[in-house]
Amino acid sequence: MHFGVVSFPGSNCEQDAVHAIRYLGHDASFVWHQERDLSKFDAILLPGGFSYGDYLRCGAVARFSPVMEEVVREAEAGKPIIGICNGFQILTEAHLLPGALIRNVGLKFLCKTVALRLENSVCKWTDAPAGTVYHLPIAHNEGNYICDPDTLKALQDNGQIVLRYCEENGEVLPNSAPNGALDNIAGICNERGNVLGMMPHPERVCDGVAGNRDGVDFFNGIVRMLEGAVL
Amino acid sequence: MSEKIIESMEAIPDPVSNLEGMDAELGLQTAIELGLTQGEYEHVCKIQGRTPTITELYIYSLMWSEHCSYKHSKLQLKKFSSEGEYVLQGPGENAGVISVGDGWAVAFKMESHNHPSAIEPFQGAATGVGGIIRDIFTMGARPIASMDSLRFGTLDKPRQRYLFDGAVGGVSSYGNCLGIPTVGGDVFFDEAYEGNCLIDVVGVGLLREEELTRAVGSGPGNHVVLIGSSTGRDGIGGASTLASQEFDEAAENKRPAVQVGDPLEEKLLIEVCLELLKAGKFVALGDLGAAGLTSSASEMASRGGVGIDIDVRKVIQREENMQPFEIMVSESQERMLAVVTPENLPDVAECCDRWGVAYAPIGKITDTGRFVVRDTDLPEDEQIVADMPAEKLAQDAPVYDPTMERPAYLDEVAAFDISALDLPESEEELQQAYMDMIASANICSRKWIWQQYDHQVQGNTVVLPGADAAVVRIGDTGRGEMTNRGIALTTDCNGLYCYLDPYVGAQGAIVEATRNLACVGAKPAAVTDCLNFGNPEKPEVFWTFSTAIDGLSDACKRFRIPVISGNVSFYNESFGNAIFPTPNIGMVGVIDDLDKIMTPSFKDAGDVIILLGETLDELGGSEFLRSRYGLATGKPPGGRSRARGRPRRHASRPHREQDDQVCPRLLRGRHRSRSHRERARGQHRLQRRSRRWTRRMRIAVRRDSEPCGDLRRRGVRRQHRRHGPGKGCAAVRHRNSWREPHRDRGQGQRRPRRGQGDLR
Repeated sequence: MHFGVVSFPGSNCEQDAVHAIRYLGHDASFVWHQERDLSKFDAILLPGGFSYGDYLRCGAVARFSPVMEEVVREAEAGKPIIGICNGFQILTEAHLLPGALIRNVGLKFLCKTVALRLENSVCKWTDAPAGTVYHLPIAHNEGNYICDPDTLKALQDNGQIVLRYCEENGEVLPNSAPNGALDNIAGICNERGNVLGMMPHPERVCDGVAGNRDGVDFFNGIVRMLEGAVL
Repeated sequence: MSEKIIESMEAIPDPVSNLEGMDAELGLQTAIELGLTQGEYEHVCKIQGRTPTITELYIYSLMWSEHCSYKHSKLQLKKFSSEGEYVLQGPGENAGVISVGDGWAVAFKMESHNHPSAIEPFQGAATGVGGIIRDIFTMGARPIASMDSLRFGTLDKPRQRYLFDGAVGGVSSYGNCLGIPTVGGDVFFDEAYEGNCLIDVVGVGLLREEELTRAVGSGPGNHVVLIGSSTGRDGIGGASTLASQEFDEAAENKRPAVQVGDPLEEKLLIEVCLELLKAGKFVALGDLGAAGLTSSASEMASRGGVGIDIDVRKVIQREENMQPFEIMVSESQERMLAVVTPENLPDVAECCDRWGVAYAPIGKITDTGRFVVRDTDLPEDEQIVADMPAEKLAQDAPVYDPTMERPAYLDEVAAFDISALDLPESEEELQQAYMDMIASANICSRKWIWQQYDHQVQGNTVVLPGADAAVVRIGDTGRGEMTNRGIALTTDCNGLYCYLDPYVGAQGAIVEATRNLACVGAKPAAVTDCLNFGNPEKPEVFWTFSTAIDGLSDACKRFRIPVISGNVSFYNESFGNAIFPTPNIGMVGVIDDLDKIMTPSFKDAGDVIILLGETLDELGGSEFLRSRYGLATGKPPGGRSRARGRPRRHASRPHREQDDQVCPRLLRGRHRSRSHRERARGQHRLQRRSRRWTRRMRIAVRRDSEPCGDLRRRGVRRQHRRHGPGKGCAAVRHRNSWREPHRDRGQGQRRPRRGQGDLR
């Protein structure tokens, strides 16, 4: 199982992702943003960071990197794609996922560990039961998810909402999202379930450096799914 | 593109020195406008053997500014000892470097960016981060952590809130974008910092010992390549007009002297430089900070004993019609200067192109020892605009030994008698005093600040902000080896204590830092300092500077902790009022085994809580006096001032064997192997120390575990004890910490592992 981790100029979580994936016993390689062939990878990861400094709008420039054409093609072919933080922003800019991420409601960068509830979704990236509560770090200035009401309804109806910000007990309250995200959305997938975008950083909590391993499911889940499909 | 430039460089003839200087009178007048004294101007003329040209004068004025030359502090800084078992590189380079075991080394340095931040807080703080990070990767180290130490006026004033918000935003925006975790720091608010806030940033980088790079230019014929951003008029004279003068009404007009940061460019520069360093493509690498190209190039040449020949027209400019002196002294950010052999130039060009980073060979190393600047836009016989001896320019700055005078206010504050106050007595009053104190901005949680910093990127943060010291794992995430070693980082300095007694206060900074490191189980290894003071030409200010350095260096020597890098910031005054003397320090501790670290939170109900040290009648400079009575007075805690009469040998000196060291020993169980005699001596010192020196420490230990007995044997008085089932040594916390304990779950808190509580 080989993950391709894309490096855009300004990405800064690509090495964390590669470390986490290798720590979990899978293969991972850096993919330069000018690469045009992703066929050798079983899954693609768009990492966090500040691609192109996020100068125009988060992810707006990265979306035009040569590698993104291939990412779109692979996504349409059903290859698992995950975008974390800035990667999620790039996926929405590339229209692989609906909606957009705007500035946090408090207008400040937020770095903290938050509680998240896994929803009942079509997402293929984790096979844990719906209702599982994870504690994952977030670190973003623009993580406030928005979309129009029709899109939101479609997300809800199609089971595309993967993660919601919640309280410690798993209950989702109107103000559970620290960044003001619509419907407490922290992560969504496409209709097919192969493309996942999420603001929290599972790759930071895989090797237990700070005592937490809640991110493991997001990498092992897709591996189990793919290996199951192969067998 | 690059090859064409190389050809044209080779066409340049040898330097000639038949330059004509300016008119002597005009020269003197300009020199004084640029901040040089008459004596310094005459010294310039002597070195040059004639009057300087305008370009030369600008260059000298910047190189000899306080900020670049340390002319007032040089003699005082010699008091520091920079030798120690861990040191690989002491002061004199871009950053100090220590060995942390298994061939890994850590480069770190603390630097101020006070003056720019007091005018434009966001960009001032952002470029402060950028500057120190460049110092780190210049050494060949990948930046792995930063900390920021902030001193501002009280937040009840809108202007201070604007400044503080801007500064935190600047650190956050720049540091987060670089992907370097901001893992710690400290904050202190007092009116003394109202007109002149302090932003001191510590940068920490990781490298393999053999990858250590120094900024020493060598090899005549080698290319000098400028990499990174284009050069503009931003930040011209930042070092002289901003950092080496006090603030007054005209401060707002200095805004153009503040640089603007581009964190993306810096991030790309990090990647380019580390990739090329690793591949051995650079002969030398230096960053462009204060005084821009001038200081970087001349220092590189003088360290290598070579000359340098620069054509300013080869520098990529972002503005039109820039004068040679503007190009030479511009402080545009995100630029690096590299020395590259002709064979390696194509590789350097390829790497820069791949990352989208601009580069230009702007000159060559020569064997003349001269620092030559030429402008090839001028007619051929007028092209040389400056020709100076590189070594004299960089090393021959004047050195001053200013007069000192003990400030009169010290007696006043020392004479303060607390019994004259109406102290709270009733339960309600005490409760109110307590509530006021913990509500104070200097005591309350700092979470709202560090939550704005990405402190977990790179995946190596073991102990997050909020503990006494941050702990970072040693490992080359995603690229190379990960280890179970770590370093602990802390910044400390209570400016109020230093104001009340510079000697004791400065020692207090070192002692508090060692305690903070001890609390996470790290062994203090080295110190970096950032000495923030007022105008050194005022005898009272200089006395506090000199005395604080005595305090720092005495404390460091007793702990045998070397001072390996640092920076001095003078002229921190506004409208004639100096800030509190603030000798900020950053300390790095070494942890050999991350399984044996400790976090401050209480772990389990029923654990025994022990207070180490003795509670004395020491309320001078306390938050209690500040919050309840609005007083900044009294004698600061911890020993007697050396300045007040003869130093008491035992009273004013910390010692290696003192109780700050108890905690790491308890955590590691190392004390078991010490000889009886040593232990007895340690115990005696401990008793002495705990009475006189320490702030106290809190330890929670399992009731029947060895530490209880060990502490008893060491004569540490147990002040409070609660019985119940427990799990061994569960938490160590420094009482005086301004930071808050973590929630103990999911938050990256390290639960004590098996064996950790056992202490044997």
